Amino acid sequence: MTRPIPASPPLDARSLHLRALAMRGLLAADRGHVGSTLSLIEILRVLYDRIMRHDPAHPEWPDRDRFILSKGHGCLALYAILADHGYFPPADLDTFCRKDSPFGGHPPCHGIPGVEAATGALGHGLSLGIGRARALKLAGSTSRVFVVCGDGEINEGAIWEGAMSAGRTGLDNLWVLIDYNKVQSYGPTAEVLDLEPLADKWASFGFTVDEVDGHDCAALEQVLSRPPNIGRPSALICHTVKGRGLAEAEADPTAWHHKSRLGEAREVIEAAFAAAPPQGAP
Amino acid sequence: MRRTALDMVHELARRDSRVVYVGSDPAPGTLAAMQAEMPGRVMIEGIAEQHVVGMAAGLAMEGLVPYVNTIATFLTRRCYEQNVLDLGLHRTPVRLIANGGGLVYAPLGPTHTAIEDIAIMRAIPGMAVLCPSDAEEMRRLMPLTLDWPGPIYIRLGKGGDPVVSQPDDAPAIGRALVRRPPGVATIISTGIMTAHALAAAERLGQQGIDCGVIHLPGVAPMDDAAIEAASRHSRLLVTLDEHIASGGLGSAVLESLNRTRPLSPCPVLRRALPDDFVHLHGSQNELLSHFGLDAPALAEAIARALAELAGD
Repeated sequence: MTRPIPASPPLDARSLHLRALAMRGLLAADRGHVGSTLSLIEILRVLYDRIMRHDPAHPEWPDRDRFILSKGHGCLALYAILADHGYFPPADLDTFCRKDSPFGGHPPCHGIPGVEAATGALGHGLSLGIGRARALKLAGSTSRVFVVCGDGEINEGAIWEGAMSAGRTGLDNLWVLIDYNKVQSYGPTAEVLDLEPLADKWASFGFTVDEVDGHDCAALEQVLSRPPNIGRPSALICHTVKGRGLAEAEADPTAWHHKSRLGEAREVIEAAFAAAPPQGAP
Repeated sequence: MRRTALDMVHELARRDSRVVYVGSDPAPGTLAAMQAEMPGRVMIEGIAEQHVVGMAAGLAMEGLVPYVNTIATFLTRRCYEQNVLDLGLHRTPVRLIANGGGLVYAPLGPTHTAIEDIAIMRAIPGMAVLCPSDAEEMRRLMPLTLDWPGPIYIRLGKGGDPVVSQPDDAPAIGRALVRRPPGVATIISTGIMTAHALAAAERLGQQGIDCGVIHLPGVAPMDDAAIEAASRHSRLLVTLDEHIASGGLGSAVLESLNRTRPLSPCPVLRRALPDDFVHLHGSQNELLSHFGLDAPALAEAIARALAELAGD
């Protein structure tokens, strides 16, 4: 069974900074996915700050680890961490969803350094990642592939087709991280299409499974730093809070899943992150 | 045709280390020799077409050239979103080899007849759609697929189809081949329908009616210049589809003519399957005859159309 995870530690300055950066795009466009962006921040922070081999000056570096945000609607979090690492200027976030901007409401396949795949239709990223992991193994590369899926996303059957394949082929250069914020558009995942027992499911498909507080950077780093189990892909269930860091969104996550016009939400977001300190990559 | 296509995958894999094969649940022993010769480059993934196509896209993103093979209906319908996004949107060089295009699997019923595949695959921007006329043309087309920059859908016939391609053909993706020079009527066909087109033209010739045949080894990209030239030379264009009328070769030819000659006075007679599921069974040829797509029916329809035109 999926284990209950203790309460998250308070958000530190860097986590607040990354949230403010993600919300910068949302405020500029007057729209975007709020809750699904805010639940992702620490997962991406730890991957890009501490775990993945990557070089913002050379986004196509062949020896980099690959990252695919399968839950493409969380793209503001990805844009924020990439901007913060210098893949492009943070000011580019101000063009979010503009007519001539590549920074769309889902990641595009061209035009943004560091974005590896266009996602948005759910359930595609895992198989894309499996193909990349298979190709990397064939080439003798030591690069790894990290795929982040949403919890609602894994309602899709294609995810489980991919999971069967990854387990069978023993892709130990593959990590699947589930942003388990437990709320999808219509309501709680437990009510829409219950995923439990989630850890058992991934284990039964041949994955080494860990669970972690998805807002606890130290805990995330500890799990992600462990060497892979040879011949087994890894699944990391990240227990998160939808809308984390924005009290109103945490309290009413379905209302804050997506905003197509901010209205009164603008002031709430601005007030929550106004004091966030500017802080670059560590 | 399928055997030739798979033999060619093996041959291309020997020549080019980027080539890999991805199958779902093929016949036992499929490409066993390739698997033995180059372990890891034959991937059998099970009956999971969404994953198969997505994984192939991922392989292509890392520089490989995957050839994916399964039954046409399952390679188009089940994983259509993967075809559109993972292949089309990303322009990944994945090659889809589709067994049993058209009515090949008619005995197995409407779940297996791929009669709208051309329509839905050519609707994907950047997707090349190839329909070889026979195994020999397949052999000549396959090397061209190695370096084509985007995804390709390859519609296979039944196997043992009559060879109507010529040894000195030099097919190119997007280029028509003139099988009989344009006449008073010119038939435009693709895939195994070119054999029926040639037989119909032969019959018409015996009646003193000069009928040309233009074979399209593929429906997308379209050879606009060849269609336009035929429309200027002939009084009547005829399109043949082993496919429903909606969105098939006939539609593609009309769109082409509309691009190059929007006010073309040349009429286009379309012969295709009705816009419906095929609820009949029986063999491919039986059904082609049933739907008026065999040579005698075609010749008669063309002669009648020309007579109508002459009477105008």
